[in-house]
Amino acid sequence: MRAAIKLESDLQLTRRSFLRASAIATGGLLVSLYLDIPVSAQEGNQAPPAKVYPPDAFVHVRPDGKIVIQVNRLEFGQGVQTALPMILADELDADWSQVIAELAPAADVYKDPFFGIQMVGGSGSIAHSFKQYRELGAKTRAMLVAAAADRWHVTSDQCRTENSVVYGPGNRSARYADLAKDAAHKPVPDKVTLKNPPDFRLIGKPVKRLDSRPKCDGSQKFGLDLDLPKMKIAVVAHPPVFGGRVKSFDDKAARSLTGVREVFEIPLANGSGVAVVAEKFWPAKQARDLLKIDWDLSGVEHADSAELQARYKQLAGATGNVAVARGDEKALDRIPAARRIVAEYEFPYLAHTPMEPLNATVRFDGDEAEAWVPSQFQTMDQMTIAQVLGLKPDKVTFHTEFAGGGFGRRAVIDSHVPREAAVIAKRLRGTPVKLIWTREDDVRGGYYRPLHVHRVEIGIGPDGMPSAWRHVIVGQSLVAGTPFAAMMIKNGVDNTAVEGAADTSYQIPNFHVSAHHPTVNVPVLWWRSVGNTHTAFVMETLVDELATRARMDPIAYRHKLLKDDAKKLRSVLDLLDEKSAWRKRLPKGHAIGIAVHECFDTAVACAVDVSLENKRPKIHRATVAVNCGLAVNPLTVESQFQAGLGFGITQLMAKGAITLKDGRVEQRNFDGYTPPYIGDVPVTVDVHIVPSTEAPTGCGEPPVPVISPAVVNALAKLTGKRYRSLPLVSL
Amino acid sequence: MATFQLTVNGQRKEVDVDASTPLLWVLREDLKMTGTKYGCGISACGACTVHVDGVATRSCVVPVSLIGNRPIVTIEGVAQDPMGRKVQDAWVEKDVVQCGYCQSGQIMSAVALLKANPKPTDQNIEESMGGNLCRCATYVRIREAIKSASQQLT
Repeated sequence: MRAAIKLESDLQLTRRSFLRASAIATGGLLVSLYLDIPVSAQEGNQAPPAKVYPPDAFVHVRPDGKIVIQVNRLEFGQGVQTALPMILADELDADWSQVIAELAPAADVYKDPFFGIQMVGGSGSIAHSFKQYRELGAKTRAMLVAAAADRWHVTSDQCRTENSVVYGPGNRSARYADLAKDAAHKPVPDKVTLKNPPDFRLIGKPVKRLDSRPKCDGSQKFGLDLDLPKMKIAVVAHPPVFGGRVKSFDDKAARSLTGVREVFEIPLANGSGVAVVAEKFWPAKQARDLLKIDWDLSGVEHADSAELQARYKQLAGATGNVAVARGDEKALDRIPAARRIVAEYEFPYLAHTPMEPLNATVRFDGDEAEAWVPSQFQTMDQMTIAQVLGLKPDKVTFHTEFAGGGFGRRAVIDSHVPREAAVIAKRLRGTPVKLIWTREDDVRGGYYRPLHVHRVEIGIGPDGMPSAWRHVIVGQSLVAGTPFAAMMIKNGVDNTAVEGAADTSYQIPNFHVSAHHPTVNVPVLWWRSVGNTHTAFVMETLVDELATRARMDPIAYRHKLLKDDAKKLRSVLDLLDEKSAWRKRLPKGHAIGIAVHECFDTAVACAVDVSLENKRPKIHRATVAVNCGLAVNPLTVESQFQAGLGFGITQLMAKGAITLKDGRVEQRNFDGYTPPYIGDVPVTVDVHIVPSTEAPTGCGEPPVPVISPAVVNALAKLTGKRYRSLPLVSL
Repeated sequence: MATFQLTVNGQRKEVDVDASTPLLWVLREDLKMTGTKYGCGISACGACTVHVDGVATRSCVVPVSLIGNRPIVTIEGVAQDPMGRKVQDAWVEKDVVQCGYCQSGQIMSAVALLKANPKPTDQNIEESMGGNLCRCATYVRIREAIKSASQQLT
């Protein structure tokens, strides 16, 4: 999702947004963002609906001194629920101890300023909203100061602010809470001066998460924890092969269970299924297990991993649609075989398996509806629910619920989970329905990181550096046939499949990357760091191999190969070099592995200390160097990298693959698809951030790509083998 | 359907459910205590960990009918125990959580570990916490928090 998804970019350009201040019934100052042409007006409705708090508010200075800040994104671990309020509160000079953060519902004003839809993706939360939240804070502050200045008959210039208090000449002071009512009548300034970075009080400082305590005492409510009066629980029996349809079903036994209310066939985003609605989860699940369904699986492709791999390998033998072609494509053929590397890589389907199983709650009231979804894609999910229910999107009040992880799985273009919930809720009009996907539904339910094959041929120059590189990538497109295709597919190449390779900062004079995107009946999706999950693995293991052949230090070799202007990459290599002195005195039987990669505008270098234990890699420690521009909350950045590295280890796990046989997914739960547990990750991950005052860049996805190649590069030293197929089943 | 008497966090509770209902769903849906989480339903992830008679137990695979009169402690009640409070505080101090969904189970496992072994080694930690999956992989800080809580026990 690196490419801009400016779905509504034209719309955005023609719409001016402006802030408005108001006093509200409960008191205080409310700063809201209004759009001058509401969507409904464009649709012919001349009277835009009156918006009430909170659907367009960003900050509410309450009379009790609390400052409520709306977070325009999902919080699912990445820490925006703390970082975005920090940014606003810093410019506002708010008393941080009085700040309350809330996840905003779906509304136009909360759309990502860059993507044009309300979403979390592309590691863009801070990068895209940094300026937005700073300005919101600064403008709110300016109004409070103006109110104080009026009161004291002085100018704003004579006032200063600190900890939610305005100070004026002669020891005068007033709390924000006491100024809020007057400030609400002040015009919102068009322009405002932002702080100089040395004046930041919160930005750039390690600040503890606001959601920490409730997540430690069980009080934090996630989407799955929602409890509404008269709510029913739904589960759905999905076809065993993607796109299959219900031929007939026998629900006699299922209906006989106490607590089961309804059993009926529903259309799915792909095929059909059988929904079971019950008072509670356990009877719903038991009833589903008792259903006897005769599936029509004719006419749908029965995808098979082994078959796909064979087919992809064949495709990889020929040039695909060209992503980049620099220099002379034939240069490779002039290099003698002894100075060539031919490498073929295989990557499996991967499931995201966020800890909180997928869910959505919908209540349909005829002319309006309400939805509660832990969603990365509020705009799309709201639209889909509205479409299913025959409503306009603004008739669906959409609450963003805290999510237990996501990693891309809650950003689905066809919104298939909210869609199922809406279909069921439509039938149970007036009753809230919580749809729960069990872990089995999730593991077998598709929307995987696609299976890929890469074939790379490298010609090495006399200086040991690659002079020609021909790279073919084969894998399903994530966006073909969707509204995102126009933005993200260029020249037949889905950027999400080639990012990390086609845009490499390594300087290779004759460089050619092409891609094939076969159509396969398996739903696929962005998986945290997207194309970089496989491209970085290929690039960094091959560059390491080249460094070894050239008998050069892996860091020095990368420095030599990088373009002169690859400043961020160079900075992290230097910092890694400095901070990983331990690599020069490793215990016997240990080896060092290095990898470096830039994605989402953030550069990351990683060094790992690896040994072999029971024929598995044991990762003892990792040192990471990061350049993410200004680190808004270094404590969160450290946490993202410490843990994100662990997430990346998913790819190396012996059972880290989703495989299909005759159309059926062979894994069902964490017993067959096993992500890393505590013993699989390093005891120590020390994270070092390059000091920077440049604009902040992404930290959610960049931790993921570097760990797998770094570990495999270390393994090559221990075993002499280059591992080109993931997962690492046998060493 | 049958009636079961449970002692949860020191309080007597009565529920009327099918005898096969896992303790997890009784806690979540009948007693409205949603701090205990559903993650896999096959005791493979530990998100549902509670203490049954002091033993860390995966509540997703224990039918309510097997509980008998053994006391249950959940994340909502673990702070009543000084050890529980210490572990929660260490978690906050180390800023462990990310998405937070697995952390109830992590904390319940950590409390059980420290009660049995107040000075766990890295290997002890890996053994006792080895069944608790954190998909965000916050394991580095989980380990630090356990060590920090352990240090405060002396």
